[in-house]
Amino acid sequence: MCGIAGIIHKNAGKDVNIGEQMTAMLQALKHRGPDSTGYAMYGEDNGNHVVRFKVAEAADLEGSFDIHAAIEDRIATVNSRMEDLGAKIVKKESATEYSHRYEIQFSGDMKKLADFVEDIEGVEILSIGNSLELIKDLGDAAVVSEQYGLNDFNGTHGIGHTRMATESDVDIRSAHPYWAYPFSDVSVVHNGQLTNYWTNRRALELKGHRFSSNCDSELIAVYIADRMNQGSDLETAMRDSVEYLDGVFTYLVATRDQLGMAKDVMAAKPMVVYEGDDMIALASEEVAIRTLFDHHIETFDPYHGEVKVWQN
Amino acid sequence: MAKLKQETSHEMGLHQEQLKGRTQQKFFSIDESANLTYFHSFEVDTNKSAKIDALDMTPREINREIRALMEGGIGDITVDNPMSRHGVGVGILNRLNLTFTDSLGYFGCGLIDGPNVHIKGRVGWSCAENMMAGTVVIDGNAGSTFGAAIRGGDLVCKGSVGARTGIDQKGGTIIVGGKTGAFSGFMMQRGRMIVLGDAGMNLGDSMYDGTIYVGGEVEELGVDCVPGEMTELDIRYLTEKLGHYDMKAPRGVEKMQKYVSGKTLWNYDNLEPAEKKLIL
Repeated sequence: MCGIAGIIHKNAGKDVNIGEQMTAMLQALKHRGPDSTGYAMYGEDNGNHVVRFKVAEAADLEGSFDIHAAIEDRIATVNSRMEDLGAKIVKKESATEYSHRYEIQFSGDMKKLADFVEDIEGVEILSIGNSLELIKDLGDAAVVSEQYGLNDFNGTHGIGHTRMATESDVDIRSAHPYWAYPFSDVSVVHNGQLTNYWTNRRALELKGHRFSSNCDSELIAVYIADRMNQGSDLETAMRDSVEYLDGVFTYLVATRDQLGMAKDVMAAKPMVVYEGDDMIALASEEVAIRTLFDHHIETFDPYHGEVKVWQN
Repeated sequence: MAKLKQETSHEMGLHQEQLKGRTQQKFFSIDESANLTYFHSFEVDTNKSAKIDALDMTPREINREIRALMEGGIGDITVDNPMSRHGVGVGILNRLNLTFTDSLGYFGCGLIDGPNVHIKGRVGWSCAENMMAGTVVIDGNAGSTFGAAIRGGDLVCKGSVGARTGIDQKGGTIIVGGKTGAFSGFMMQRGRMIVLGDAGMNLGDSMYDGTIYVGGEVEELGVDCVPGEMTELDIRYLTEKLGHYDMKAPRGVEKMQKYVSGKTLWNYDNLEPAEKKLIL
C-alpha cells in the first residue's frame, strides 16, 4: 500500500524543523507501510556536496563474521576513490556502521564520481546534493528518526515514504526515496504499481542509466532524471510521465527549491493536499497532515492525471 | 407511530420514468425519517444531548462511546476532535443526530442505516459506503469512492469530491456541490447522483440504471452512459432535493444535463432462478 508525504514552506527561510514535521506525518502513515521509512529533506547549502551512501544492508550485519572487516575495506576504498577523482572530503559522519554521510568539495564530473564509488561491491550512493539529505532505513519513522537524529533537522521542504514491500525485498536498497541519479538534489517517493516497469527500464538502461534496485518506483526517478538531462523542466517532465508510466500511482518529486506531485489517469492512488499561504503539506491520508495542526484545515484531493508543482 | 406522509417518490412521479430493470427501490424521504422503524435498535431521545472529546481516543473507542450513549437513550451526539481518523461513525443502525465538528478520514460513517450525520469538515475515501438510510452532510470536500455502493439515504458533499463517486451505487441520492472526479457513477445500478459542478472523464461508465444530473461540464461520458431528456419531474425533484440542503445549481436546475444508461444488460430483466421456480 505505502504512504507518502511532503511539505514545503514558502516564506519561512531554512529555520523550520521539517525533520520533526516529516516524522510526525510519516509516523501517522505507519499503517500504510511498516517495512521501511525514508526521508529526502532539503536544508542549508553550505557550498559542499552532501553524499549519503551505504556500504552494506542492515541485514548483512547479521550472520557474517567477515562483514565488519569488509565494511572497513569498502569505506577505505570509497575514500581513496573520491580522492583519486579530486574530491576533498571535509566532513564524515555515520549514524550506523553501514550508513554514511560525507561532505565533499568537488568540481568534477558528478556522474563519474558516483559510478566510480558505486563500482565498489556493496556500496550504493543514496543521494548527492548541495541541500538534499536522503535517509532511509528499516523500521517506522520513530525508529529511523531516532537512529539518524532527524528530529531537529531544519530546512525548507521534504518528502518521505513509509513502505509496504510488494514488488521487491524489505531492504534499504528498495526503500524510498530514490535519488534521481546523477542529478544532485532530486528525489522521488511513490505509492502504487507500475505495469510497464521492465519495458521502460530496459529502454532507459540502453540509454546508460543505472538502476540500483528492482523496485518499480526507481523507474520514476530515473525517468525524471532522463528528461531533465534532455533539458525539460520539472513540471514538463512530470506531465509527460503521466502518459509514460502505466499503472496506478501517485508520486512526489523534490528538487532544491521545488516540490511536485503527479497522479495517474485513473486517480487510483490517494493524495490529500493542504495549500496554505506559507506552507503546503500533502500526504496519502489527511490524518498525516492533521498532525501538524491543532485546528480545522481545508484540504482537497487532486484529480486524475493532475500534476502540481510548488516553489519555496 | 405517526402516520407516514403519503407524498412518496411514487407520488412525485419518479417511478413513471422508464427504469429498464426490475426494482425494489424505495426512495428515501427525509421527511419520513422520523417515522422509520429500526428493529433491534436503541430507543433514543433526540432531545437528550451528549458530547465526546475524541482527541485522545482510538476509532474503536469513539465508536463504542457513540454506541454506549445510544444505549443510554442519547439521541443527539456531538464528537469534537475526530482528527481525520479512519472508520469513525460506522455501523450505526439507529435513529440518531450525530455531529462531527471536524474532518473524518477513510470509511467515515460507512455501513449506516438511519442516522442523520453532519460533518463540519472534510471526509476521506469511501465516506458512507454501503449506507442504507439516513442523511450524511459534509461541509467540506470529500475523497474518492464517495458513497460507494450506497443503497439508500441522502449523501451530500457541499464541496468537491474525488474519483469514482457512487461506484456501484444501488440506490439513494448522492449530491455534490462542486466537482466530481473520473469514473463517477461507475457501474451505477439505481439511485440518483446530482453533481452541481463539473464531472471528470468516464462519467457513468458501465452503468446499468439510475440517473445522473450534472450542472457543469462533463469531461467525457463512459461506455453505456448517454444523455437523457430532462422532464418537469426531474426539475421538480432537483428543486426540492437541492432546496432541502440549501444548495443551488449555478446555472439553475433547468440547465442541468441528465444522463442515463444507454442500454440494458442482456440478462438484467431476467428473473433469478429461485423466482423462476415460483412461477413455473
